[in-house]
Amino acid sequence: MLGLNKTDTKFLLIVIFLTLATPILLQPFAENSGLAQFNAGYPDLMQRFAIYGIFAIGFNLLFGLTGYLSFGHAAFLGVGSYSAVWMLKLLSMNVLPGILLAMVVSGLFALVIGFISLRRSGIYFSILTLAFAQMSFNLAYSVLTPLTNGETGLQLSLTDPRILDAANTSGSLPVTNLFGAAMSESYKLEFLNRVFTFNVGYYFCAILAIIAFYISLRIFRSPFGLMLRAVKSNQQRMNYTGLAARPYTLAAFVISGMYAGLAGGLLASMDPLAGAERMQWTASGEVVIMTILGGAGTLMGPVLGAGFIKYLENIFSKINEHVLHGWFSWLPDGLQDLVVWIAARFTGEGWHLTLGLMFMLVVIFLPGGLMEGGQRIGKLFRRGREDVPDDGTGNRPKPAPHVAE
Amino acid sequence: MMDAILLQILNGLDKGSAYALIALGLTLIFGTLGVVNFAHGALFMIGAFCAVTLQRILSLSFDVIDPTQTDFLGNPKKIHTTYLESWLGPDIGNAILDWSVPLAIIFAIPVMILIGFAMERGLIRHFYKRPHADQILVTFGLAIVLQEIVKYFYGANPIPTPAPSAFRGSFDFGAIFGFDPNVIIYPYWRMVYFGFAAVIIAAVFAFLRFTTFGMVVRAGMADRETVGLLGIDIDKRFTLMFGLAAAVAGIAGVMYTPINSPNYHMGMDFLVLSFVVVVVGGMGSLPGAVAAGFLLGILESFASMNEIKSIIPGIDQIIIYLIAIVILLTRPRGLMGRKGVMEE
Repeated sequence: MLGLNKTDTKFLLIVIFLTLATPILLQPFAENSGLAQFNAGYPDLMQRFAIYGIFAIGFNLLFGLTGYLSFGHAAFLGVGSYSAVWMLKLLSMNVLPGILLAMVVSGLFALVIGFISLRRSGIYFSILTLAFAQMSFNLAYSVLTPLTNGETGLQLSLTDPRILDAANTSGSLPVTNLFGAAMSESYKLEFLNRVFTFNVGYYFCAILAIIAFYISLRIFRSPFGLMLRAVKSNQQRMNYTGLAARPYTLAAFVISGMYAGLAGGLLASMDPLAGAERMQWTASGEVVIMTILGGAGTLMGPVLGAGFIKYLENIFSKINEHVLHGWFSWLPDGLQDLVVWIAARFTGEGWHLTLGLMFMLVVIFLPGGLMEGGQRIGKLFRRGREDVPDDGTGNRPKPAPHVAE
Repeated sequence: MMDAILLQILNGLDKGSAYALIALGLTLIFGTLGVVNFAHGALFMIGAFCAVTLQRILSLSFDVIDPTQTDFLGNPKKIHTTYLESWLGPDIGNAILDWSVPLAIIFAIPVMILIGFAMERGLIRHFYKRPHADQILVTFGLAIVLQEIVKYFYGANPIPTPAPSAFRGSFDFGAIFGFDPNVIIYPYWRMVYFGFAAVIIAAVFAFLRFTTFGMVVRAGMADRETVGLLGIDIDKRFTLMFGLAAAVAGIAGVMYTPINSPNYHMGMDFLVLSFVVVVVGGMGSLPGAVAAGFLLGILESFASMNEIKSIIPGIDQIIIYLIAIVILLTRPRGLMGRKGVMEE
C-alpha cells in the first residue's frame, strides 16, 4: 500500500492507529483518582506531542541519516512561527496559508543556511549552524523588531487587516480555524469516569504528523535515503566513487528545515504567538535531546523522544513539594522530609536538572536511545531463540559514528 | 575620531580578555585530550560563583548587642559584626572583605583544579574514543546540570560582587594621550582585568614553552602515540592539563564578577561565543585562540559604535557570527589552525 512493503504498511497502520487514538490512550487514569495528574490526554499537551514529533522527525532526517549535527534548527522553527502569525494577521484566520508560507519560508532559509554550512562537516558544521541560529535570534530581538515585535513577541491584534476574512465586529480576537472549524474546539466524551477530549487542533496536527511520518518512512526506504546513509558512513569513499554528496545533504537539510518550519507554523496556529526565544540555541538543543533520547537514525525514535520529553516536562514541572508529601506520607516523618527534599530538587523548578541528567545518562549508557534500550530489553526476553526477528522499523540504531567525519 | 577608536579598542579589551581566557582553556582541552568540551562555560560560571561564595563566607557575621545604642523601639540595638572583624580588628577585617574578589583567586584555583580532575576522571575520560557529537552532547548535559545546581544554591538573580574600593573609580585615559579630558574614560577594574588576562595567558604559554612538563605536553599534542611509546604516562599529564584549563576558566570567572554580576546562565552565554572564537582562531591553536578572542572582542565593540550602527543596523548583534562564517568559509582551518587537526 502507498508504495510500502508489507511490514512497513503494518508499521504505518500501527502508527496511524496510535496517533488517532492518543486522546483515549493517554487518559488511562480515572478523573478523581490520585493518578489523574499523570494523564496526558488534554489538547494542549497532545498538540505539542504531535508538533514536536514533526520537528524531531525532520531533525532526524538530517542528523539520523547523514550524521550532520545541526545546532541551529530552532531558527527554522522560529521563522516558521513568525511567517504563520503574519499570515494570520494579514490574510485570514484559516491556518492553511500560514502553514504553507511557514514551510516555504523556512525551506528557503534552510536552502541559504545549508548551502553555506554544508561546505564544512563535523563540529564546524555544528558551529556554523549555531552561528546562523544565534544571528537570527539576535536580529529578531533587535533590528527586525518591526517584523518580529522584539521581546514582546508577535501577536494578533484587533486592527489586523485579515483581508480574506469577514470584518470582525465582535470586539474580541478571532480564533484560528480550518475552514471554519476552530482549532480550540473540543468534543468531550465521558466514559467509565474518564474524560476523553477530542480536539480539532490535535487532529489537525496529528494528521500532518502522520503525513510527515509517512514521508520520512518513504525517505528512509528510498535510494535517496540510502545515499544519505552512505554520506554518514563514509563520505570520502562516496566522493571517490564520483558522487557529489553535497546535493544530497543539502536536499536533506532543506527537507529537515521545512519540517521544522511546519512545526513552527503549527505552534503558531495552535496558539497565535511567536517569540524570539523559540529560536534560541537552547531550543535547538532540545530537539537534539529529543532525537538522541529516542534514538537517532530510527524511524520511531525521535517521535518517542519528543513525546517522552514533552510529557516529562509537563508532569515534572507540575509536581511540587505538596504533591510529594502526599506520595511519601507512608514514610516515617524524618525520612519523609528527606525523601521529599531530594525528590523536590528534581521536580517542579528542578525539571531542567532532571533533563540534563537524563541527557547525560542516555549519551553515556544508551547512545542508541530508547529504541536501543527497548531492543536490548526485547533481546533479554527473546534469548534462546536463534535469530532475533527484526522489529517494525527494519533498521537498528548504530551507536557510532554520529557525525560524518 | 581618533579618540572614539581608542575608546572602542579599550572597551573591546575586557570582553576580549574573557573570550581569550575561555577560548584558551577550550583549546588546551581540545588540543591535549581531543575533547570538545561544552561544559567549559559552566567552569567559567563556577569560578565566578567561587568569588560569590568567598564573599559570603567572609561576611559571615554574628549579632552583638550594643547597650549604648537603641533602635526605634527603644530596645538595645543589635549590630552585625563579621567574624573577621572580631578576630582581626575592624581595619584588617574590612580590608579583607573589600578585597574578596582578588582573594577568591586563591580560593578558586584549588577548587577548580579539583572540579577539573573530577570531571576528567569521572566523565570525559570515557569519551576519548567516542565521536565528537557524543562529547558535545554529554558535556552539554553536564553544563545544564552544573547550571541548575548553581541556580538552586544561589538563585536565578545576578549577585553583585563589587571590586575592591581602590579600583572602583574610572581612569581618564584620554588625558595621557593629549585628548580632551573626560572623553576616554575607562574603569580601573577593566584595566586590572586586561592586565590579569595578559599575565595568565603569558604564564600558560611560558609554562608550556619553558618547562619540561610543558614540553612533554606539547609533544603529546603533536603526536600522542609516540610520546606514549617513549614511556611517558601522557594521560596523567593530560589530566593535569584539564585541571589547568579548568583553573584558567575559573579565575577568569572570578575576576569577571565586578564587571558583570554573576548569574547562573553566564557560562552558556560566554560558551557559544567562545566556541566561535576557538573556531575563528583555529581549532587546537593556542595563539590563534588568544588572538581571535581579542580580535572579536574589539570588533564587537567597534560594531556597537553609533556611526557604524547607523550604516548597517543590527551589525553589533551579529558581527561575531558573521566573521565566524566568513572565516570558516575562506580559511577553513581558522586564522592559525594547524594542519591535520579536526579536518574532515
